[in-house]
Amino acid sequence: MPDLLLEIFSEEIPARMQTRAANDLKKLVTDGLVEAGLTYKSAGAFSTPRRLCLTIEDLTSESPDVTEERKGPRADAPEKALEGFLRATGLTKDQLELRDEKKGQTYFARITKPGRAATDILAEVIPATIRNFPWPKSMRWGAGSLRWVRPLHSVLCILTAEDGAETVPFDIDGIVSGNTTEGHRFMAPGRFEVSSFDDYVAKLKSAKVVLSAEERAEAIWHDATNMAFAAGLEVVEDKGLLAEVAGLVEWPVVLMGEIGADFLGLPPEVLQTSMREHQKFFSVKNAKTGLIERFITVANRETVDHGATILAGNNKVLSARLSDAKFFWENDLRIAKADVSEWTQRLENVTFHNKLGTQAARIDRIAALARELAPIVGADADDAETAARIAKADLSSEMVYEFPELQGLMGRYYAEAAGYSSEIAAAAEDHYSPLGPSDDVPTAPISVAVALADKLDTLTGFWAIDEKPTGSKDPFALRRAALGVIRLLLGNALTLPLQTVFKDADWSDDLLSFFHDRLKVYLRDQDIPHDVIDACLAMPGNDDLALLVKRAEALSAFLATEDGENLVQGYKRAANILTQAEAKDGVEYRYGADVKYAETDEEKTLFAALETASAAVQPALEADDFPTAMSAMAGLRAPIDAFFEAVKVNADSEIMRRNRLNLLHDITAACGKIADLSRLEG
Amino acid sequence: MAETTTQPRSFQEIILRLQAYWAAKGCAIMQPYDMEVGAGTFHPATTLRSLGTNPWAAAYVQPSRRPTDGRYGENPNRLQHYYQYQVLIKPSPPDLQALYLGSLAAIGIDMDLHDIRFVEDDWESPTLGAWGLGWEVWCDGMEVSQFTYFQQVGGHDCKPVSGELTYGLERLAMYVLGVDHVMDMPFNDPSAPIPLTYGDVFRQTEEEYSRFNFDTADTAILLKHFEDAEAECEAILSAEHDDPKTGKRIIMAHPAYDQCIKASHLFNLLDARGVISVTERQAYIGRVRSLSKKCADAFVMTEAGGHSAEDAA
Repeated sequence: MPDLLLEIFSEEIPARMQTRAANDLKKLVTDGLVEAGLTYKSAGAFSTPRRLCLTIEDLTSESPDVTEERKGPRADAPEKALEGFLRATGLTKDQLELRDEKKGQTYFARITKPGRAATDILAEVIPATIRNFPWPKSMRWGAGSLRWVRPLHSVLCILTAEDGAETVPFDIDGIVSGNTTEGHRFMAPGRFEVSSFDDYVAKLKSAKVVLSAEERAEAIWHDATNMAFAAGLEVVEDKGLLAEVAGLVEWPVVLMGEIGADFLGLPPEVLQTSMREHQKFFSVKNAKTGLIERFITVANRETVDHGATILAGNNKVLSARLSDAKFFWENDLRIAKADVSEWTQRLENVTFHNKLGTQAARIDRIAALARELAPIVGADADDAETAARIAKADLSSEMVYEFPELQGLMGRYYAEAAGYSSEIAAAAEDHYSPLGPSDDVPTAPISVAVALADKLDTLTGFWAIDEKPTGSKDPFALRRAALGVIRLLLGNALTLPLQTVFKDADWSDDLLSFFHDRLKVYLRDQDIPHDVIDACLAMPGNDDLALLVKRAEALSAFLATEDGENLVQGYKRAANILTQAEAKDGVEYRYGADVKYAETDEEKTLFAALETASAAVQPALEADDFPTAMSAMAGLRAPIDAFFEAVKVNADSEIMRRNRLNLLHDITAACGKIADLSRLEG
Repeated sequence: MAETTTQPRSFQEIILRLQAYWAAKGCAIMQPYDMEVGAGTFHPATTLRSLGTNPWAAAYVQPSRRPTDGRYGENPNRLQHYYQYQVLIKPSPPDLQALYLGSLAAIGIDMDLHDIRFVEDDWESPTLGAWGLGWEVWCDGMEVSQFTYFQQVGGHDCKPVSGELTYGLERLAMYVLGVDHVMDMPFNDPSAPIPLTYGDVFRQTEEEYSRFNFDTADTAILLKHFEDAEAECEAILSAEHDDPKTGKRIIMAHPAYDQCIKASHLFNLLDARGVISVTERQAYIGRVRSLSKKCADAFVMTEAGGHSAEDAA
């Protein structure tokens, strides 16, 4: 069976799109072929800056015949109906079959669609794939209307069998498929013929193109680490950069250069960011000192001077870039040391959000809140306020203007330079955390105070102006902020009733329920079922998230025990009987269960058990000791089971019946102190 | 590409070689537009001529002004006034990349020794209501040009698509000539009877304009001029298409577009003076964009914009 080779050759495809595009090409073409009735053994996709390539092994050379049966009109139907059916099927009357059906004799047609050659199917599927390709952004060029990521120049499409290769003929807006391609733009210009995938890979390699992106990445990493090792240094790993650089070259040549001595005093993060973002250089560091001393760049060609000119050029560009960075760093340090308030004052002219005022106004709010939260997190109030006031000062610095991703980190460097304590300086970096679900949660009290204040100010602010996330839209990352607050509170076991921060604004219940939704998502990931959370949310004090989670964890653990599970069953039975009786009688049985009307031993035991449990549960709950409260409640399980076993609630005596119903109420009320068990499922 | 065996010796020689190269490739060598613009793209030979169906091929030097980039002539490569070399060909020819690489060879970049790369860079001009896809072209890690296939200009789809090349001349020339500070770059031939450096020509003006742009430009006047230009642009476009005096159909797309260019530059000056807040910024950009869209609408109604007499009938 033949093998397919497809190459779509274009001007340079953005590095970030190449891998995805190769996979899309594979999926779309193979899906199309399978849908058309072809099968194959395996398929592979590849990409370089100028080409997407697909190879399919052992493709069936034609699709099988397909026979379908179609039901036509009844024999007694008007002549017109039969004529229509013959037209639709392309058959004559004598080719039809008459069968006895329930409603009478009916015509049937058997239509056989002959199989089609793979070449014909490919000549349809490939142009359709190219025309409808899911590029994140595509364009037109010249006078044509075809869209591709960049101008498309040629398509190579061959089927290779034992007796040779044939071109699959098609034409897409004037681009005629063929059996040729070209190699490296500079090192091996000119087109050449290809007869199979192996031939293609080999000829590309001699034309200075490595087809596989993984192979290019491996080669880059191998050469880079060797080169660094030989100099007694090591390359700073950066997988994203490696993948990107592998998508920028067809023939990778690794070159290592030195960073001028003038720049070695820059913070390593600045060197690394500048080199990565602007130049796509890898950083090479001295493992002993941790300093970044050299860089690695990847060129797309070999030269007779072994890259000397290329390296000199790169060195020069880097020096210009780092001169800028050094200029920013030194200027920033000078201001930080002289008077940081120059930066904070400048934030008075920077709008945070047009309904929420300037960055300076925002910082005032965060500082006040950090001060208020300080006692709760165990930080000094003055320190927390000071830290909040300088935490965002670096937004005015030139370095952060140039490299926004260094915000916070530069803040710490500059706060230290300004003479603040390392705890206050650390808050400048840490108050943005946690950013993602796996990001570390700050634990230093000052950092926690500022981090909480920052996020809570953002949330309350946007709630106050009614800019809430909707659906997939969350432009101000409010979900992330709420999750950050949750993780800060839980990770540091902090008691902070959120309503004290929301201050009973008219939106405060809505914001609290937003927190509860985020909390549910968070706890679901910790394997706490949603009904357990609902049962706990229904309890007072649900704006204290740490307390809420403590209760939910205890309840979840309790429900996993036999006592817990059975107690809930007993509770539900009691609640059901009570609800039905109340509905029937039209009264509420809420008071007056009295042991003196207890008749049976089981009843008396339950009264006693309830008293014992209540006496133990109450102080435990007051101490937020949910496990103790729940294990005390577990003592009710046996008496409740025995009660239901032996006692008929709906006694003939009305006094006894009412007393028993009131007892059931007392039981549900006692259980309800732990959580709203009625919300538990199952 | 051994056509050019000698290395250029001055800034002007690089410009002259680019002119000769693109002239040989069939471009009309145009002169700079006689107004203050932020980039070569603003020249009507690019903005307006990229619209409509008429073929076009032009190349020119455009002095460009970016008031916020002023550094009093002290920064080695930042200037508030600099030169761009601009090429626009419509429809974009299939060998545009090769043509471009030929121009680098023409100014003395030896393709066998250097590493030329096309790195993704999508271009967008919010004030022109324009966008395109293409690359920044790197030579040994340095950005030497922007290469763009225009997709939309002034809110109109570009059909056919124009290919646009923009060279930052100072940076490119410094690289080719091996100069570290722009002010040290030879402007004319270093062995000329009166050799001049870039600094001899521009250091003082950089100083003067930096002071003016940052501290002295009268913001009240700038604001008024902005509003005048905006009003004038709208007024020009609202005039009857049929000129009562000549009886001809004369749509004044270019005079209106001049006012749009003015508004854009005035906005840049106001920005450099730091009197435009972040939120206002968007509003100003929107106002300029609205003008450029209306000018584009007007241009496509003209003959140069591909409008034929039959269409009018």
